[in-house]
Amino acid sequence: MSDTHLSEEGRRRSALFNRSSGLLKIILRTLGSIIVTMVGLLAITFLIGRVMPIDPVISVLGERATKEAYDAMFIEMGLDKPIVVQFLYYLWDVLHGNFGESRLTARPVIEDLIRVFPATMELATIGTIIGVFIGVPLGVLAAVKRGTIIYQIIRVVALVGYSMPIFWLGLVGLLVFYGVLGWVGGPGRLGIFYVDLVPTVTGLILIDSILDGQWDVFWDAVSHVILPASLLGYYSLAYISRMTRSFMLEQLSAEYITTARVKGMSEWKVVWRHAFGNIKVPLITVIALSYAGLLEGSVLTEIIFSWPGIGSYITTALLSADMAAVLGGTVVVGLVFVCLNLFSDLLYKVFDPRAK
Amino acid sequence: MSTVDTDHQSLRQWLLSETPMSRRQARFGAFYQGWLKSKSNRLTMIGLGILLTLLFVALLAPLIAPHDPFVQNLANRLQPIGSDQHLFGTDSLGRDILSRLIYGSRITLYIVTLVALIAPIAGLFVGTVAGYIGGWADVILMRITDIFLAFPRLVLALAFVAALGAGIENAVIAISLTAWPPYARIARAETLTIRGADYISAVKLQGAGPIRIITKHIWPLCISSLIVRVALDMAGIILAAAGLGFLGLGAQPPSPEWGAMISEGRKFLLDFWWVATIPGLAIFTVSLGFNLLGDGLRDVLDPKDSGDE
Repeated sequence: MSDTHLSEEGRRRSALFNRSSGLLKIILRTLGSIIVTMVGLLAITFLIGRVMPIDPVISVLGERATKEAYDAMFIEMGLDKPIVVQFLYYLWDVLHGNFGESRLTARPVIEDLIRVFPATMELATIGTIIGVFIGVPLGVLAAVKRGTIIYQIIRVVALVGYSMPIFWLGLVGLLVFYGVLGWVGGPGRLGIFYVDLVPTVTGLILIDSILDGQWDVFWDAVSHVILPASLLGYYSLAYISRMTRSFMLEQLSAEYITTARVKGMSEWKVVWRHAFGNIKVPLITVIALSYAGLLEGSVLTEIIFSWPGIGSYITTALLSADMAAVLGGTVVVGLVFVCLNLFSDLLYKVFDPRAK
Repeated sequence: MSTVDTDHQSLRQWLLSETPMSRRQARFGAFYQGWLKSKSNRLTMIGLGILLTLLFVALLAPLIAPHDPFVQNLANRLQPIGSDQHLFGTDSLGRDILSRLIYGSRITLYIVTLVALIAPIAGLFVGTVAGYIGGWADVILMRITDIFLAFPRLVLALAFVAALGAGIENAVIAISLTAWPPYARIARAETLTIRGADYISAVKLQGAGPIRIITKHIWPLCISSLIVRVALDMAGIILAAAGLGFLGLGAQPPSPEWGAMISEGRKFLLDFWWVATIPGLAIFTVSLGFNLLGDGLRDVLDPKDSGDE
């Protein structure tokens, strides 16, 4: 009796172990591919930095450096070594968070990036929230109302979102809602009277102002973020609703849905509990991808709205040939992008039994 | 009259025949059926209409444009919409906006065509080679593809343009460099399913080498899914090119590129709104046209993925 108990227990344990070791394998493999991808990414940025028509020594020393100083710096920067060795040096520096110094701000690039990243995150997060809360219901509605005028309207709404040059929409939005109607705050994260009133904790002004209990700052920040975030939200809505629609259509034509209907289940339950329940996993990966897309796609939006995020940082650096800042920013955006991509992959593998 | 009608009828019958007698007939028949299916979709036809208009405008630019797009007239600057001789007004240097739009369509088409040729061909090459050879070649090529795929597109394009220097050709290269990976993936997936097919073994037994198999027997079968993807990608290419132009990294002044025109008009946005708004509408219209057409094409060419109709 106790014997069978034991063996049952053992079997359960080994099953559990197998499952978790499978998970471990997936995680290890994912980590491995993150590393390979990151090294590749660094190699590309490194090469871009090499083909730049800007002499790195002159950019440090200035145009009027003497020949001796130039040569000394040339050797100090390791430029006399083979390119592979230089790349390894670069890898080593990046691993230690050393992206060099920005010429423009005269500060280490990594400090700049830590300062500007929360602004981008705030924008992208709110944009994604808007996209999810409107896009998912729209997608489901489109799938349910297939073949009707509602379906066509939602389809066109999504296509228009895909086709809109976001920087132009931002300009028009500023013109209408700020310039003409005065409903929202203008460019920037805060009005000029509210800048630096709140101590930086997370770097996300919306959260910092709540933590500090300064509600007037909070509302000012909201009035500034709402327009750019809605624009990004529209873009993400277009993508999310389209994917939701296509997933839902696939589910709704499955046989188990017919069975559920034949059983007399209410349409609401059929749609939301059965069909929607089955698309949650792919939907989460779609949302993660769209979030990643917003983090990088906010470059133009940030410029239009003078939003002090990573996109405007990279672009400003680019226009003033501040290569250390450009490459550092590119690597960080790439890293976040890769991680979110792989995270969504991982989610898929862990939660969808078919993916094994 | 009646003979024309019967001719027409028989051509239709020939096209819709269930038992095509030749390869040509089958091919034209498939094409005709796709056309019939697209024709019934109003949105697809609107897209096609927009693009045909764009094509004609670009081809006939010197004939249509009311003014020279480069001639400045400072006495006549920032004229409003609908003013004398200037339907869409003039910009800050007194240039006719309509004429600049018309000439700008050439730049847009030029960029889109080049990218739409370079990226899919590069992707097709990488994908089929990786898929057909397999093994290490596959691992390495697909790893490289993944790295490029993982890179944020606009940021990568920005960095490339920064390295290569601003200009239309470099913008094309930068956008192509960021656009090819999805094609490689699609081509590889197709190749993997085709590779094991009996007819491939048959050609192999006839003595065909890998190059012949890839170019003559695998590429033709990858084309249709690539075309769908290209059609869906076109809008993204236009938006990317316009974005680069807007940042001053694409076409350089005085070239009438639409993104650069928006950027010029941005300075006067509050007082002279049309200068920035009208080129934006042009970009939007064209990219909507590509999206509508791409959506329709996908329904026709790739029914398993459409979920529509």
